[in-house]
Amino acid sequence: MSDPVVLTPPLTDEDVMDLRAGDRVLITGTMLTGRDAAHKRLVDLIQKGEKLPVDLKGQIIYFVGPTPTRPGEAIGSAGPTTSYRMDAYSPILIERGLKGMIGKGSRSREVVEAMVRHKAVYFAAVGGAAALISRRILSSEILAYEDLGPEAIRRLQVKDFPVIVVNDTEGNDLYEQGVKEYAIG
Amino acid sequence: MREITAGEITRAVKEMAMSAAYHLGEDVVNALEKGLEMETSPAGQDVLKQLLENAQIADEGKFPMCQDTGFAVIFVELGQDVHVTGGDLNEAINEGVRQGYEEAYLRKSVCHPFTRKNTGDNTPAIIHVKVVPGDRLKLTLAGKGGGSENMSRVMMLKPSDGKDGIIEYVVQRVKESGPNPCPPIVVGVGIGGTFERAALLAKEALLRHIGEPNPDAELAEMERTILERVNKLGIGPAGLGGRTTALGVHVEMQPCHIASLPVAVNINCHAHRHKEFII
Repeated sequence: MSDPVVLTPPLTDEDVMDLRAGDRVLITGTMLTGRDAAHKRLVDLIQKGEKLPVDLKGQIIYFVGPTPTRPGEAIGSAGPTTSYRMDAYSPILIERGLKGMIGKGSRSREVVEAMVRHKAVYFAAVGGAAALISRRILSSEILAYEDLGPEAIRRLQVKDFPVIVVNDTEGNDLYEQGVKEYAIG
Repeated sequence: MREITAGEITRAVKEMAMSAAYHLGEDVVNALEKGLEMETSPAGQDVLKQLLENAQIADEGKFPMCQDTGFAVIFVELGQDVHVTGGDLNEAINEGVRQGYEEAYLRKSVCHPFTRKNTGDNTPAIIHVKVVPGDRLKLTLAGKGGGSENMSRVMMLKPSDGKDGIIEYVVQRVKESGPNPCPPIVVGVGIGGTFERAALLAKEALLRHIGEPNPDAELAEMERTILERVNKLGIGPAGLGGRTTALGVHVEMQPCHIASLPVAVNINCHAHRHKEFII
C-alpha cells in the first residue's frame, strides 16, 4: 500500500480531484459532524432559503453520533454510522460547497453523480473501530442543534484521522472494486 | 417457590449492559484473529488489525467499543418456581438498562418512530420472556446495533423453494447488505414457525457463541455451506474487499405451517455483544 495522503480542510476542488478511490488519507485540522436529524434540519433551512448555522464551504462532514463524553476525555467513542440514510440530503449540501463526507457503506447514484459534478469525495472510516478512532479526535464542541443530543452538529479538531477514499470525482467506487477483486465464482 | 427480588434483576441487567459495551467476547476476538490469519486482502488485514486493537483499547480503558451501544435486547428464561418480589419484572429490567447506559456513558439510541425524539434513557428495552422449568432466572443481554439490524429481513418463501432456496436467500441478503452492516458480520438465520417466530429464532441464533455449530447435523452442514458461500462474495472486512465477510452463520429451526416456509435473516456487526447472567 502507498503512503497516505495528508489533508487539511477547508478543501479546494484541486485537493479532492487529486484523490482516487482506494487512497488512504489522514485528516488533520477541523471537521463537522452530523447525521440523520441534523441533515434534515440543514436541508429544511436551505429549502426555505434561510441561513445555515454552519458554513459548509470546503468542509468535511463526519456521519457520527458519539457516545456521551466522559469527564476528562475529548469525546466519547465515535465511529462512523451507515451513510445511505444521508443520501436524500447529501446532494443538496454538496451543491452548497461541501467537499467531503465520512461514513460507512455505499452511496446512491444521485450522491455519486453530485460528487462528480460538484467535485466532492466520500471517505469511509472503519465501522465499529470507535474507541480507536476517538484517539485521533483532540477536541469537540457543539456548533448547533444541542437538543439533538448525540445527533448535534459538532466541530472536531482531529489529528491523523484515518479514512480511505470510496467514491472519487471520477465516479469510481472502492466497494465495487473490492468485491470485483475478491469475489470467487 | 424461590424468591428473587426486582433489585437483583436490575443490578444484573445494569452490569451486563456496561460490560457488553466494553468487553468483546473471547469467541469474537478469536474469530477476528482467525480471520486475520486467513485474509488475503491487504485492506482487509488492515481493518481486522484495527478491530482487534479497538477491542483491546475498549477492554482496557472501559471505552464503548462502538458508538452505537445498541438497543438492549433482553432474553429472560424465568423458572416457573421463581417468584419475583419487590417490583415488576419488566420495570426491573428497564431500570437496569437505564442505570447501566447512564453510568457507563453509553449512547441512548431509542427514539419515537415519527418525531425521532430520543426517549433519553435507552428504554423501553426489548424483552423476551420464556417460562421454563426450575427455580432459576437466566438473563441474556444483546446490545444490538442499528446498522446491522437495518440489513435484516423476514421472507415467506414457498415450500417448493426448499433448503436450496433458503441458502440462496440468505446469501443474497448478505450480498445486498454489502459494506453497510459493518462486516465481518455474524448471520443469524431463523427457519420455520410463523412470521414473527422466524425473526425471534434468527435473533436467538445470534446468541450462540461463534464457532459453536447447531447440534443438529443437517443444520450444522447448512451453516457451513452458507458461511463458505458468504465468504466467497468478496465483500471482506469493512466491505473493502476480502474473504472475511462473516465470522459465523448460526441457524435455528422449528416446524412451520404446511403452506409456509418462513425465513428470517438477522445480521449482527462484528461488535457482537452478548452477556449472560444466572440468578
